[in-house]
Amino acid sequence: MAVLSPRAEAGRSAAGRRRGDGGPAGRRRVAGWGFITPFLVVFALVFLAPIAYSIYLSLFRDQLIGGNHFVGLDNYTQAFQDHAFWSGLSRVGLFLVVQVPIMLGIALLVALALDSGRLYGRDFFRISIFLPYAVPAVVATLMWGFMYGKRFGLVASVNQHLHTSLPDPLSPSWVLASIGNIVTWEFVGYNMLIFYAALRVIPESLYEAAEIDGAGQWRIIAAIKLPAIRGALVIATIFSIIGSFQLFNEPSILKSLAPNAITTYFTPNLYTYSLSFSGQQHNYAATVAIVMGVVTMIVAYVVQLRGMRKEA
Amino acid sequence: MAADTAAPGTAPAGRTGIRPLPRAARSARRHTAGRPRRSVLLTALTAIVVLYSLVPLAWLVINACKTQPKLLDSFGLWFSGHFALWDNIRDTFTYNDHIFVRWLLNTLLYVVLGAGGATFLAVLGGYGLAKFDFPGKRAVFAVVIGAVAVPGAALAVPTFLMFSKMGLTNTPWAVVIPSLISPFGLYLMWVFAAEAIPDELLEAARMDGSGELRTFFRISLPLMAPGIVTVLLFTMVATWNNYFLPLIMIKDPNWYPLTIGLNSWNAQATTAGGQPVFNLVITGSLLTIVPLIAAFLLLQRYWQSGLAAGSVKE
Repeated sequence: MAVLSPRAEAGRSAAGRRRGDGGPAGRRRVAGWGFITPFLVVFALVFLAPIAYSIYLSLFRDQLIGGNHFVGLDNYTQAFQDHAFWSGLSRVGLFLVVQVPIMLGIALLVALALDSGRLYGRDFFRISIFLPYAVPAVVATLMWGFMYGKRFGLVASVNQHLHTSLPDPLSPSWVLASIGNIVTWEFVGYNMLIFYAALRVIPESLYEAAEIDGAGQWRIIAAIKLPAIRGALVIATIFSIIGSFQLFNEPSILKSLAPNAITTYFTPNLYTYSLSFSGQQHNYAATVAIVMGVVTMIVAYVVQLRGMRKEA
Repeated sequence: MAADTAAPGTAPAGRTGIRPLPRAARSARRHTAGRPRRSVLLTALTAIVVLYSLVPLAWLVINACKTQPKLLDSFGLWFSGHFALWDNIRDTFTYNDHIFVRWLLNTLLYVVLGAGGATFLAVLGGYGLAKFDFPGKRAVFAVVIGAVAVPGAALAVPTFLMFSKMGLTNTPWAVVIPSLISPFGLYLMWVFAAEAIPDELLEAARMDGSGELRTFFRISLPLMAPGIVTVLLFTMVATWNNYFLPLIMIKDPNWYPLTIGLNSWNAQATTAGGQPVFNLVITGSLLTIVPLIAAFLLLQRYWQSGLAAGSVKE
């Protein structure tokens, strides 16, 4: 077999060349496309086509008089002057600036603690903190919403028993913080796992070298661990940014418990949803969604650039 | 958060899967160095985060054991009144002509078709990207990864309009088809296949005259098994927990998944004349998360044995 194979291979490629498809390499090219094609077909249907369609939609307007007609960039001009859109955007911006660092900070501290090998019951800790990730946003929000609320209110119980005066988490001035808490609860463990997995693959030799140099734990964290997981930090930050800009589930579900605190344009995503499904303004909704998509991509790209530059 | 939970979900487990940790080697070293002196203080500090993670789940379990009147007037973090868990579970399943059972079956349908299909496409595509050189490969990869940054909401409205023109809204397909694409599943399988399948093995199979498909099923698929399980688990979570997509696509309560159904029960209490069924919302929530938590705990074990096997190989 071993003797025959090269000759068979040579014969095959010669035949292939005659057929003009480049031989086994050519056949392999075809096979490569064959494996990726099913994915690409569905991808085109559920990603590329909707993107193209929403760009098309954003250039038209449907009016009572005149029907559906081309309006150029008018929808975009409207979006940039839309108070509701800016209000939602600045709200998720604030959310991003406050909630993301808190969540990632806690996740990083826990990951470092787990990795230090100084904890009792490390595996129990790791899986317990990760568990909320398996809880659907709907259940998480209903659960926290009930705990926040007046009906079942843990907050009310605490106030009553301890004679404290914690503010109402579902009041307009606190509801964003309450949503931040729900999102933090859901994703701390998930981000912790990203960091922990990255910490675990740091080569031992680095620690040994540091030990020889007499570096302490904090020094090792600052000089070895953090630089080594910079990639994971950047990725987690980008995902969290995308998540913040897309904020929808939690405010949308909490709305039934706090109708006065959460407006229809509380977040840009909620705004597109209400525009589209309550207001039937599909063209304008598509425009707002595209603007949000572009904003998200720009911010994610800047963070990535910054993250990479520091690395260099 | 909206649709992002699915995609990033594949990352951490993927890492653990891709590079089996040399745990034995590592702990041995630390042991000889005598460094990891267990710290009570650090354990206590981390325990605060564990409490934060587990208390809401404990609240859910405790309150699933209460009757509706007791829900309203007893302290949330302790049991009160008679133990009503079994009654609540029975009521949850039977309320409104067993609609909860229907929602559960719908969710299972979406998970099996959506997550199963997404994993299948990701495995095929990732393998193609990792093990074949073909023109346009870089472009394919760039487009798919670029798509990750596109917010789900930007797609939701046009997808809905497209699907409604195709007559797909209000059918299971409207939920299943968009779930079939997991860019991160693809990325993960690409990385995994590149590391787990030696090129020499594929060359040898080709020399023996094995066709590409046969090689894929006989040789490559088994080698990718840990990666496949990881992608499957995280696409399952994403589909099981999906809210935004079915919210838009499905108007008929008979096709609701559990997440939308539970929210409709909750909303029922705030609509005028609606019957409040908070005990069912809470018990239904508990029943919704139990399968996933069980899967995670079981797979935790699976990973640990996988990791142990990996360290033995090294």
